[in-house]
Amino acid sequence: MTTQGTPLLEARGVTMRFGKVTALDGLNLTAPPGEVLAILGPNGAGKTTFVRTVATLLRPTSGELRVRGHDVARDPVAVRRDIGLAGQFAAVEPAMTGRENLEMTARLFGHDARAARGAASAVIGQLGLAEVADRRSGGYSGGQRRRLDLGASLVGAPRLLLLDEPTTGLDPAGRREVWDAVRGLAAGGTDILLTTHYLDEADELADRVVVIDHGRAVASGSVGDLKASVGRDVIEVVVADPARLDEAGRILGRVTAGPSRLDRGGRRASSPAAGGARQLAGVIGGLADAAIAVDEIGLRRPTLDEVFLALTRDGDGNGATSTTGTAIKNGSSR
Amino acid sequence: MMTDSPRPARPARRARSAGPAAPAYPAAIARPAAPPGAVRASLEVARRALRKFFRTPGLWAMGLVTSVLFLFTFRYVFGGAVQGGAARYADYLIPGYVATIVLFTGAGIAVAVAEDRVSGFTGRLLSLPVPRTAIALGRALADFTTNVWSILATAAFGFLFGFRLGGTVADGLAALGLCLAYGLVFTAVFMVIGLAAPNGQAAQGMSMIAFVFAFISSTYVPASTMPGWLQPFAKYQPITPMVDAVRSLIAGSTSDVALALAWSALLLAVFTPVAVLRYYRV
Repeated sequence: MTTQGTPLLEARGVTMRFGKVTALDGLNLTAPPGEVLAILGPNGAGKTTFVRTVATLLRPTSGELRVRGHDVARDPVAVRRDIGLAGQFAAVEPAMTGRENLEMTARLFGHDARAARGAASAVIGQLGLAEVADRRSGGYSGGQRRRLDLGASLVGAPRLLLLDEPTTGLDPAGRREVWDAVRGLAAGGTDILLTTHYLDEADELADRVVVIDHGRAVASGSVGDLKASVGRDVIEVVVADPARLDEAGRILGRVTAGPSRLDRGGRRASSPAAGGARQLAGVIGGLADAAIAVDEIGLRRPTLDEVFLALTRDGDGNGATSTTGTAIKNGSSR
Repeated sequence: MMTDSPRPARPARRARSAGPAAPAYPAAIARPAAPPGAVRASLEVARRALRKFFRTPGLWAMGLVTSVLFLFTFRYVFGGAVQGGAARYADYLIPGYVATIVLFTGAGIAVAVAEDRVSGFTGRLLSLPVPRTAIALGRALADFTTNVWSILATAAFGFLFGFRLGGTVADGLAALGLCLAYGLVFTAVFMVIGLAAPNGQAAQGMSMIAFVFAFISSTYVPASTMPGWLQPFAKYQPITPMVDAVRSLIAGSTSDVALALAWSALLLAVFTPVAVLRYYRV
């Protein structure tokens, strides 16, 4: 991983006000090159505003924002050459075919006609759009249209791909298609900044996550770091015989020296384990000594949902669901 | 064994080599040497808007059908009751109708501009290394072209519905040229309406304000036949001199032409900067 050199993205005290509304409130973040960075936050946290400032569509009220060293306010043209933007809406022309859309965008990036054709063909192959490329995009499925939009942001060979809520509004199949496409791009070396309010999306796609809330970064790090920073690892045991769950819970509690939670329906006992794998071995030993049959036992980190709730819990009554795969619902919207 | 939820293994991208090497894009995509120039970019933006217009029958045909139906109604339904002789009314009505047709079909411009913004298309264009002027200019170029289409098609139907040139062909062409100039003026006006609207539907509704100016003018009947309280508006709003100037040119006169051009220049001077500046705020 590159440790030296210019950060891909550097935000210092970026503030964006629309009249009385403060959408970004002194946001700080640094993204090294070579990563997929997810900006995670509830609706209204300032994610889209941030992407728009990076894309030079909005000029920050104050603060400094650089993309590969280029200041977005002072040198927007250099920034635009380096980025590709794909939004929550598929910004493609439905009356044109996929190929026509890609070639148009390629020419607008500065390619001549021949290079534009080449870039369009390459992207069509890369994103698996060959079958529909010569049909009008108005007839595409949601996932196809979103992939085409993704492709349009790629034809200028950008250094940073900005994906603003790339799967919002898609059905599960479409979502999966877009995820696969994003993973493929990341594997091919494209640096990606994506925003999402889906925890599982950040977990699936990102190397690093910055959690923002009320226009400020409240936490950042690898998905693993974030989980570690908030909660300790958890040992979880699923017993074969529900009658022995209490006994298993007592053994678990004794080894971890903490309270154990019992989930009778799931025949599951769990407990935070500061001692990690060492304590896991202790629990396994204890259960074996007591001859308690186990279906499943493991050490797991807290889910991103748990992390997210812990980080954004600020007593303002924002409700949030805690099932992986559901969006965080948040009352405050900007 | 871990009890964490099952998920596919991450790709091995983390193992990729660090260092200054450029990202591994497909070999076919090189980085463009330079951003496109303003002219090329404007034409590209315009081309897409025109493709949309001419590939969507709901856009090019509906405008035409509406304009022909209105013309038919005025000429043959109301025409008999106006001014006695219907043939003379055709010669009065049709120049005014052609001059103001864009006030009716221009709603399409407002809708297209609003939808481009709402759909994120304008945002996409603004994120590209395209000269800023090209984005609004390309749109305006396309919209002016569709106005030219409306004006020429309506003029053709005007002849079909009984209009005859009283003067020379050159006079007729001068009048048509003036109508096309109005087409440019109203391009800017409807772009501003589209930019002010929150979405396409609202843009459609807001465009109806143009009907007021079209109807309460000398387009269909002389302003002098309207009630006294309505006459000041009818006489002094820009559409009346603009329509009168077209009729003058057809008759080989230049009366009202200077006033019409002054109004056109004023409207263009007011609406163009608003359209251009507003276009870049998404």
